[in-house]
Amino acid sequence: MIRKNAEGKHARYGMLIDLDRCDGCGACMVACAVENNIPPGRPGANARTGLNWIKVHRIETGGRPAFLPIMCQQCEDETPCVEVCPQNAVELDPATGVVGQIPQRCLGCRYCVTACPYHARVFNWGDPEWPAGMEKTLNPLVSPRMRGVVEKCNFCHGRWHAAREKAAADGSTGNGPVNYVPACVEACPAGAMAFGDLNDPDSALTRAVAAGEAFRLLDLLQTGPKTFYKTAFAAVRKGVAGERDA
Amino acid sequence: MDRGVLVFGAGFALAVAAGWLILPGVFYAKVEQPLAFSHEAHTQTGGMACEDCHGFRDDGSFAGIPTLEQCASCHAEAVGTTESERKFVEEYVKLGREPQWLVYSRQPDNAWFPHAPHVKAAGLPCESCHGDHGQSNSLRPLEVNRISGYSRDVMGRPSGPLGLRRAGGMRMDDCVRCHAGADLRHSCLDCHK
Repeated sequence: MIRKNAEGKHARYGMLIDLDRCDGCGACMVACAVENNIPPGRPGANARTGLNWIKVHRIETGGRPAFLPIMCQQCEDETPCVEVCPQNAVELDPATGVVGQIPQRCLGCRYCVTACPYHARVFNWGDPEWPAGMEKTLNPLVSPRMRGVVEKCNFCHGRWHAAREKAAADGSTGNGPVNYVPACVEACPAGAMAFGDLNDPDSALTRAVAAGEAFRLLDLLQTGPKTFYKTAFAAVRKGVAGERDA
Repeated sequence: MDRGVLVFGAGFALAVAAGWLILPGVFYAKVEQPLAFSHEAHTQTGGMACEDCHGFRDDGSFAGIPTLEQCASCHAEAVGTTESERKFVEEYVKLGREPQWLVYSRQPDNAWFPHAPHVKAAGLPCESCHGDHGQSNSLRPLEVNRISGYSRDVMGRPSGPLGLRRAGGMRMDDCVRCHAGADLRHSCLDCHK
């Protein structure tokens, strides 16, 4: 079941990506893999069988090409992956608005992969393996996923955990909204990605989204993503937004 | 008495006894700690508090079992007369060798348990999860699940007398019971990573 997020009491984490700043360098993909213990691609892995929680697509718009980073869009109105999961392995966290994936419950049916209109979910075709010595770089805040389960972006859940722990150590309860930044946002050299709490009316993200330039992918599906995009170019917006011509 | 009842009773008693006494040994391997250690000697005789040795780091994370350096700040030379302390000073402190303590409470990799929200924010006493471990006079062997490698304290039935529950607990059921009681039921990823 989808549980709607209580306004004000909890966080509603969201993201805004400025497509005009993104030059497709892929630093977000690398930072994501390092942060979330995503193993290097196996020999022969391709776009379908490799693991990426965030993918940067090149979009031809007729003139200027655009680069479109896509990760889990964190839908909250209609969350297709939550609806279809037979295992209750996917849930919408009312405290954060983040769509969570629980690999220990996942049976690998990939129904959610099919249901996701954003192609944001990936299936783990093999055991996670790191070259000798590289296991020392694993992030202790994130547990690697086993073979045969689906995984996806969760807005750097390990960083959220760490921020809560720090907040509690500093005297808060650690249960309310906390400030943290996902790895991709931190790594973006162009400053194209912004992250924040959409329930906080004063956050830069909320103000930027309210300013009206932001749009969401495939808005007509009414999934209600919390990931927003913006561009000043009509051709780019037409190429990526999936909107119908009026 | 009917012979059939007797046979059934004897068989039942045998099965129950086998379940209580033999089966746990099939599931769990007992591993001894590297040294004998008495919490009681430190907390009662020595008058120390839990946090004197098990403290927080500057970043708010919990340091867990103290390092050799912390122990050596008092035990550079033997303070008492016990054999285990003499062994500790000679074989560990003087050689600069860290004892490889076994952790009863080590959680599975996918569980996230921060001490700060529980101890600092919620003010829970250590005993609410760790029971009377701080008053124990010796370290019991760590019971390791032969398949998963997890401690019996975090997965499986607590090993009290006759398999009864000890005070406290560090299994997921114990976490959920307390969180549900405190209306802290959010999502799986609250505590899983």
